[in-house]
Amino acid sequence: MRLEPRSEVSPVRFILAPVAAVIASLLLCSGLILWSGASVFEAYWMMLTGSIGSSFALAETLSRATPLIFTGLAAAVAFRARFWNIGAEGQLYAGALMVTFLGTGEINIHEGLLPPILFMGSFAAGSLWLFLPSLIKIRFQVDEVVTTLLLNFVMLLLVSLLLEGPLKDPMGLGWPQAAPVLESAELPRLVQGLRVHAGLIIAVILALLIWQLQIRTTLGFEMRAVGLSRNASQFAGMRVGNILLITALISGGLAGLAGYSEVAGLKGNLTLDLSPGFGYTGIVVAMLAQLHPLGVIGSAFFVACIFVGADAMSRSVGVPNYIADVVVATSLLCMLVSMLQIKYRIRWKS
Amino acid sequence: MPGPHLPFLKFPPVVPEVLSLKNIHKQFGNLHANHDISLSLKRGEVLALLGENGAGKTTLMNILFGHYVADSGEIEVSGKILPKGSPKASIDAGLGMVHQHFTLADNLSVLDNIILGTQPLWNFRLQRREASDRILDLGSRFGLDVDPNARIAELSVGERQRVEILKALYRKARILILDEPTAVLTPQESRTLFKTLRQLLEEGLSIIFISHKLAEVLEVSDRIAVLRDGKLVMEVEVSKASENMLAEAMVGRSFKMPIRKEVPAGESLLDFDKVSVLGPHRLPVLEQVSFSVHAREVVGLAGISGNGQRVLADLISGLQSPTSGQVCLYGQPLKRFHPREMLRQGVGRIPEDRHGFGVVGDLNLAENVISEVYKNPDYSKMGFLNLKNRQKFADKVVQEFDVRGVKNHAPVRLLSGGNMQKLILGRVLLQNPKLILAHQPARGLDIGAASFVYERLLEAKMQGCGILLISEDLEELLRLSDRVLVIHRGKIKEAGKAGSLSTTNLGLLMAGRQADAS
Repeated sequence: MRLEPRSEVSPVRFILAPVAAVIASLLLCSGLILWSGASVFEAYWMMLTGSIGSSFALAETLSRATPLIFTGLAAAVAFRARFWNIGAEGQLYAGALMVTFLGTGEINIHEGLLPPILFMGSFAAGSLWLFLPSLIKIRFQVDEVVTTLLLNFVMLLLVSLLLEGPLKDPMGLGWPQAAPVLESAELPRLVQGLRVHAGLIIAVILALLIWQLQIRTTLGFEMRAVGLSRNASQFAGMRVGNILLITALISGGLAGLAGYSEVAGLKGNLTLDLSPGFGYTGIVVAMLAQLHPLGVIGSAFFVACIFVGADAMSRSVGVPNYIADVVVATSLLCMLVSMLQIKYRIRWKS
Repeated sequence: MPGPHLPFLKFPPVVPEVLSLKNIHKQFGNLHANHDISLSLKRGEVLALLGENGAGKTTLMNILFGHYVADSGEIEVSGKILPKGSPKASIDAGLGMVHQHFTLADNLSVLDNIILGTQPLWNFRLQRREASDRILDLGSRFGLDVDPNARIAELSVGERQRVEILKALYRKARILILDEPTAVLTPQESRTLFKTLRQLLEEGLSIIFISHKLAEVLEVSDRIAVLRDGKLVMEVEVSKASENMLAEAMVGRSFKMPIRKEVPAGESLLDFDKVSVLGPHRLPVLEQVSFSVHAREVVGLAGISGNGQRVLADLISGLQSPTSGQVCLYGQPLKRFHPREMLRQGVGRIPEDRHGFGVVGDLNLAENVISEVYKNPDYSKMGFLNLKNRQKFADKVVQEFDVRGVKNHAPVRLLSGGNMQKLILGRVLLQNPKLILAHQPARGLDIGAASFVYERLLEAKMQGCGILLISEDLEELLRLSDRVLVIHRGKIKEAGKAGSLSTTNLGLLMAGRQADAS
C-alpha cells in the first residue's frame, strides 16, 4: 500500500469526505449492534426516528446541537490557526460560572441589560480562562495541548468547590447546584413546550459571522496564514504572537458562550453535570466539519442526532446508549482517514 | 592437453550496462512527466542529466528509487529487472542517492546517520565499532575524510555532502545519483568533490549527475542526456557538446543571459556600521560588520553558507536586531527591527527559503501576493479585505512576471520553484522598493527562470534601486554585482570591483585566506 499526493484537491471530494466517514462509521458500528443481539436496520431506524422523527425529537436534537455548535466553533477557530485548544470544556464552565455570578440576582443589573451583559461576560470568562495558557504558549512555547487540557480539571474542581460552598443554592435541598438565573436572564424558548431555545439562533449567527470573518477580514486572513506557516507570516510582517492571542481569545470566548447558552437557555442553573463533555465533543464536531464554520452547524447536528437517537434506540431495542460514543469516536477516526484521502491517493497495488 | 570446459567462467562484457531504463512513461493527470524515456548507464561512466525544473528529472529519479511507479516501461539493474515501487529493492540493487537537500539528522553523529536503518531493530547491541571501522576505511579509500563521531550540526556543507556519499557507499551503492551536488559548494570544494568522483569511477562505480550548471557538466561527465517537458531531447557524448547547444536544448529556444551595465552609483541607501550579532552561547555570528549599499548598485556578498549570511539577511529582513553597532537606512539610524518596519521603509526582501519564508504554501496565489501589503488601504479598509483589488494585484503579478501554472484557488505549493520565485519577485518589485535584499534569488532555478530573475533585478537597479545580493553561486555574483564583498566567519571584507575579480581569488577569500596578489 502506498500514498501518492494528489495534484489537485477537488471540492467534491472535500464535501464527500465527511459523508463517507459517517457511513463508514455506521457500518463499523453495526457489528456492535449485531453483537448485542438487535437488528441493525431496526436499531438505526429507531435512531433516526428518535432523533428527527417527531417535532419533539427534533427539538431535543437541536437543543443538544446548540452547545456543540459553540464548542465546535471554538475548536474550529483555534485549530485553523494551529492553536490546539483542548480546553473548551473548562472554558464552557468558566462562561457558566460568570452567568451564575452575574445572572442570579446577587448583583443588581437592569433587566433589559442582563442578556447582553451575560453574553459578553461569559465570552470574556471563556477568553480569560484561555488567556494564561495562550500567553505562556506565545512567550515561552509551553505546549498548549497540555496546559489547556489540565486547566479543564482545575475548572471542574473549582466549580465543584464553589457549588459546595459560596454558590450553593440555599433553596436547592442540599444538592450541589447554584441558584437559578433570573427570568429576565433566560434565553427564550423557540417553540412553546419544546426545549429548543434562542441559543441555537445565536450559535448559527455566530457561525455565519466567523465564516465571514475568515474569508473577508484581514484578521481571518492572518489567522489562516499564521496557522499554515508561522515563519512565512512573520516574514511578511504579521505579528504572529498577537494574532495567536486574538485567536485564542475568540476561541475561548465561543466556548464560554456554550456555558451561557446551556445555563440560560436549557438548565436554568449551574450544576457539575452541566456539560457531558461538550468541550471534547466540540473537537470531533470541528474535525468532521473540516474546520469550516458552516460545516460545524451540520456536524453538530449530526453528532446531536447520534446522541439523542441512541437514547431512543436503547429504550426500544435494548442496545446500550454507549453506542453513541462509539459511533462518534469511530466517525472521527474515519474522518481522519478520509481527510488523508483528500490530499493523497491510496494505491493498493505497488 | 585441452583445458577443462568451463562455461560458467565467461568474462563479463567489456562495458556492461549497469543500468538501463526502457521506455519509461509516467503521467500525472494530463501531464506527461516522463514520456517514453530510455537511457542506459555503463560501468565506470558519468552520465549527466540536464533539464529545467519540471522537465522530469526528479520524476525519473523517483521512479528509479521506487517512490513512484511508472505507468509503463522497465528498469534493469545489472541485467536484472528491478521490482517496481520498492525503495528497498532499489537500494538493495545498489542504487544510492545524494539529495540536493541533505537528509541527515542534525543532532546525531555521522556514524548514527550512516547506520540509521541499516541494522536490525531488535539487536541488543548496535555494531557501532564495526560500522565505524568501515566508515573510516571507506573514507580513506575515497578521500572522504569525516570524523564518524562528529555531530552533523558541527559539519560544514561540504562535509555533510561527504557524509551523504559515505552513507550511499556504506549501503554498497554501485550506482550513485547526485542531485545538484555543487549547488552548495565553493569552487574549491567542488573540485574536491570531482576528485572524489573520479576515484569512485576508478573503483567501478557509475554516476548519474543531475545539474543545471553547464560548465561543470561538461567538465565531469562522459555523456549528457537532456530532458525537456518529460521527453529525452538530446543524448550526446561530451566531446561533441557545447555549452550553447545544451542550453538551447534545455530551454527549447535560443536565449541570452542578461548583461550588467555599469552606471555611476548614487547616494548611500544602507549603511552598516560595526554591526555585531551574538548567536547562541554568546558567540559572535556577525562581528564588527561595516559596509554600504548605494542606489543604482548591486553589491554581491560571497561566502560559503553558514558564515553569517543568514543573520545578515535576517537583520535586513527585520527578523532580528543587532547586538551592537548601527544600521542606517537612507542616512537615518534604524531603531526598530521588524519586517513591517522594513516594508514601510521600502525594503524589498527576497528570502533564501522560499517555501518556508517566502510563501505560505497552502494559501493561493492571490493571498500570497498580498501577504505583505494586505493592510494598505488599497487592499483592506476597517479590517475588511478588498478582494477585487487583491485579484487585480494577483493578475498583475501573473501577467508582468510571467507566473505559469496558476489555477485560481490552488495552493501555491503546487507551483514550480521558478514560478514561485517569480511570484515573490513580483510581490517585491511591484511595491517599488528602494532597497532590495536578494538572498540566493536563483537558488534551484533553471536557466530560463534564473535569467528572468536576473533581468528583473538588473532592471530594478537601472531604475535606481540598491540591491544586496547574497549568494553562494560565484557565477551569479560575478554576472550581477558591481562590487563584491566576502563574508567569512561573520566578518566581511571588500573584495573589489566585479571586473577585477576571478573565481579563484574569491574562492580563497571565501575560505578565509588572502587572495593572490596577482
